[in-house]
Amino acid sequence: MYSFDYHKPASLSDAAALLGKAEEGKLMAGGQTLIPTLKQRLARPTDLIDLGAIAELKGIKEEGGALVIGAMARHADVAASDVVKRMIPGLADLADNIGDAQVRNRGTIGGSIANSDPAADYPSAIVALNATVHTVKRTIAADAFFTGMFETALEEGEIITAIRFPRAEKAAYAKFRNPASRYAVVGAFVARTGGSVRVAITGAAPSVFRWTEAEAALSANWSAAAIDGLSVKADGLNADIHASADYRANLVKVMTKRAVLAAG
Amino acid sequence: MAPLDGIGASLRRKEDQRFLTGKGRYTDDFNRHGQLHAYFLRSPHAHARIRGIDTGRAKAAPGVVDVFTGADTKAIGGLICGWMITSKDGTPMKAGSHRPLAEDKVRYVGDHVAIVIAETYNEAKDAAELIDVDYDVLTAVVVTDKARAPGAPLVHDEIAKNTCYEWSLGDKAATDAAFAKAAHVTKLDIVNNRLVPNAIEPRAAIGDYDSGMDSFTLYTTSQNPHVARLVLSAFNGIAPEHKLRVIAPDVGGGFGSKIFIYAEETVCLWASKQVGRPVKWTGDRSEAFLADAHGRDHVTTAEMAMARDGTILGLRVHTTANLGAYLSTFASCVPTYLYAPLLSGQYRIPAIYAEVDGVYTNTAPVDAYRGAGRPEATFVIERMVETAAREMKIDPAEFRRRNFVPADAFPYQTPVIMTYDSGQYHKVLDEALTLSDYAGFPARKAESAARGKLRGIGFCSYIEACGIAPSAAVGSLGAGVGLWESAKVRFNPTGNVLLYTGSHQHGQGHETTFAQLISTYLGVPTDQVEVIHGDTEKTPFGMGTYGSRSLAVGGSAIVKACEKVIEKGRKIAAHLLEAAEGDIEFKDGKFTVAGTDRAKSIQEIAFAAYVPHNYPQGVEPGLEESAFYDPVNFTFPSGTQVCEVEIDPDTGVTTIVNFVAIDDFGKIINPMIVEGQVHGGIVQGIGQALLENAVYDPESGQLLTGSYMDYTMPRADDVPSFKVGLVETPCPHNPLGVKGCGEAGAIAAPASVMNAVTDAIGKHMQMPATPERVWRAIHGTAV
Ligand SMILES: Cc1cc2nc3c(=O)[nH]c(=O)nc-3n(C[C@H](O)[C@H](O)[C@H](O)COP(=O)(O)OP(=O)(O)OC[C@H]3O[C@@H](n4cnc5c(N)ncnc54)[C@H](O)[C@@H]3O)c2cc1C
Repeated sequence: MYSFDYHKPASLSDAAALLGKAEEGKLMAGGQTLIPTLKQRLARPTDLIDLGAIAELKGIKEEGGALVIGAMARHADVAASDVVKRMIPGLADLADNIGDAQVRNRGTIGGSIANSDPAADYPSAIVALNATVHTVKRTIAADAFFTGMFETALEEGEIITAIRFPRAEKAAYAKFRNPASRYAVVGAFVARTGGSVRVAITGAAPSVFRWTEAEAALSANWSAAAIDGLSVKADGLNADIHASADYRANLVKVMTKRAVLAAG
Repeated sequence: MAPLDGIGASLRRKEDQRFLTGKGRYTDDFNRHGQLHAYFLRSPHAHARIRGIDTGRAKAAPGVVDVFTGADTKAIGGLICGWMITSKDGTPMKAGSHRPLAEDKVRYVGDHVAIVIAETYNEAKDAAELIDVDYDVLTAVVVTDKARAPGAPLVHDEIAKNTCYEWSLGDKAATDAAFAKAAHVTKLDIVNNRLVPNAIEPRAAIGDYDSGMDSFTLYTTSQNPHVARLVLSAFNGIAPEHKLRVIAPDVGGGFGSKIFIYAEETVCLWASKQVGRPVKWTGDRSEAFLADAHGRDHVTTAEMAMARDGTILGLRVHTTANLGAYLSTFASCVPTYLYAPLLSGQYRIPAIYAEVDGVYTNTAPVDAYRGAGRPEATFVIERMVETAAREMKIDPAEFRRRNFVPADAFPYQTPVIMTYDSGQYHKVLDEALTLSDYAGFPARKAESAARGKLRGIGFCSYIEACGIAPSAAVGSLGAGVGLWESAKVRFNPTGNVLLYTGSHQHGQGHETTFAQLISTYLGVPTDQVEVIHGDTEKTPFGMGTYGSRSLAVGGSAIVKACEKVIEKGRKIAAHLLEAAEGDIEFKDGKFTVAGTDRAKSIQEIAFAAYVPHNYPQGVEPGLEESAFYDPVNFTFPSGTQVCEVEIDPDTGVTTIVNFVAIDDFGKIINPMIVEGQVHGGIVQGIGQALLENAVYDPESGQLLTGSYMDYTMPRADDVPSFKVGLVETPCPHNPLGVKGCGEAGAIAAPASVMNAVTDAIGKHMQMPATPERVWRAIHGTAV
């Protein structure tokens, strides 16, 4: 790790001010991605601004029929939240299967989606549930938020404050874990909200994507069998030492079916 | 009354008090006054010529005390390999020069280029970025079975075909003749995947030179501190043995990777005199992945010849063993003498012929890893036996029974060096079949099939050899050292005991097991016994711990020392009890005049020995005895595992649904520790079979599995609850009747798991059986 100055502001405005002053400032949420990056000397910020003391970023609540999760809610908080379990149980389940206990106790939803790791779980839920991402300056629709591998619509220094999820009638997530890291090799989130069906796939491609054929098939017939006739092309899917593109294509189908079964 | 904590008691481990409360003392916990910190600059290339190194900017960086490169360390002798292998044409193996810091070339990613020594670790690391190395990057040779290909780049310019040796064992003509009369021949191509040892404690070292005494102390993460001292003195030439103390304090796991005397400790020790201050280095996890000695990495073709009834007639094996870029301590003997002599397994095989080509590649050195050679041999013979049985439509258990060495055939001479001393292979197999409910398997398979799942069952009946011995025999095969062990039993005047051992513990539980020996042999309860190891200035010279040798060899030395204590104690007791020496009996810690109740406790005798006011003439005061023990043979633990798996054909995920292990380790000292060793070993074996794989990019030689994000270590939820049992056939040639239990689980499990997986899918496949590979095997699109 290179040395840097550490700050722990108590308000969003202080955080923004610190970020503005810093030569090369970096926000830190749970640090689960950032700290390993620093330890391996892959980044060299001059200032680290820890969001951990900002009350405005915390909390999980029901608001106007929607579920609102603060950017600094940890995966373990979401997994254990009665509000989440009552409103969108599939989301609590997703959070409960991220990484391992240590990661869930530190990692946050804001950090996860800001990072936009192609193998992260949350992006699938954001997109399938058609959530909106709230930042210090605007709201961003799910479909516009994830723009590529480790890329988002966030501008330089734009802080995520909360994520707002409309309530779904049926929603579930099925994940094929990377046996080593436990990230998603492929994760499928299916959701039916007000008659419309969305299927979002993470892990398989450089960024989360909607599997529109599956959405159409499930809109016509909400059952795992509806997926049987579909096929997924391997072109453009990720390939690494854990899973080839072909195998990922197979898993997209298998995991989507399992998500539908889990959603009931 | 005999203490209840002797041989046979499942005593909780004494050492766990400090390990579980964070009070262990590991090398990194030591800090010497005025100590500096070292960082090693490593090669980012698998293969490159070094045109030049400019350390000027680094030397001027804040906090930096000095920087040394290969050019500065020419006075240090090269790193060595301790076993000379002779090729089949009679020529000695070709050991490439292994400099502590690279001079002309770097030969793997992680190879040592320079040491930066600074006031703090971060300053050393910062300065290392300022070193300019001018590399001429060369094509790398990475893949095991391409190392000898025509035109392959040469790891060591002077070693043709990257071949260290072409070795063979057994009778080729007899084996060819056996194949000529075979009714059936089974042939398999077998890959034994490369593994990273992953000791929980990374390697570390502190070199400390004392100019007043002109002597060195090295704190290091070693499995064999005396051997380290010997090598650092005799070969690296850093200090004579009497001027060098090596301390290997608590060591957090070795699995073989801490046998080798590495560049880091060698250079830190040497450098401490150059800079006149102690020099500390602690590796991080990434360095452990890159530069700890790896394990396994064989590519094998095996053929087995059978008569019509399934009787094995002959076995022919050709193995290419990847030794990495340089030879480490046991690199040469692991794929030869620790491998091929085990290829007979538990079977009567009249003719065996094995050839092993040891090859260099641009990868990390390969050395002993839990089992060292025996897992590779077991995997070959047990995959062959299982496959042959299936091909010949003979039940695999029955096939084994027909070919086992029967219980009345011991000692049994195999065609490949070994004389098996004892075993009850049929009995062990029968117990394993019962415990695994083999008879109920077809019903379970049908039930899985009804749920769309594939179920398979696999066996592994393994033999292994522990406590490499005797010294004269291993010497004749090329070993550079003797393989005996030492012990010293010292009574204190107040009657408690200090027990010194030349073996070393790094997870095995010696402090408990060895104390239990004292309890049984001397009647001193374990809480009155302190086991001391790991410091060359305290313990007698010893060979350290590997190859499950500590109890069979080191424990036997302890027994010998106890016998000497009793012998002397008897003289003192006879004098004090005014009886003839021949009338004194020793039992449960008491010297008694036979047939009377006149007795003296061993503690009273110890007191008398140190306060010899009333003492026999001609007997030396004090009660302290040493012994050295050189065994007459290896010991041969054996056992049978039965693994049952269920496979999801949609994803290729394998779940182990049942796992049985029946082991014959001879006499058991502490059943709980033994069970723990079995569990740990099985988990490592399952890791190799299903999860672990050290993968290098075949072109660039970069380690693709350089962290836990990509290298899959087995975790608790990857393994089932094990059902384990013991059969005790005492070893006939050591005083304890013990055989060794530390590696058996890891030796047998890869074969039992893969035999189950291949049974489930009905096809041969290579380890690790990752989900994608299994899915492809099932759906016919092999990768
Ligand atoms: C071993 C391991 C296993 C994991 N397994 C999984 C898994 O199975 N599934 C999964 O989805 N994830 C997994 N993760 C990722 C983890 O869950 C975190 O989500 C991730 O590390 C980022 O969250 P964080 O809170 O730690 O963010 P940090 O590491 O602190 O930050 C990540 C990035 O986001 C930026 N950032 C943080 N907060 C904000 C904000 N409010 N506004 C704008 N930018 C912000 C930071 O500047 C930084 O660039 C794993 C991580 C590890 C280490």
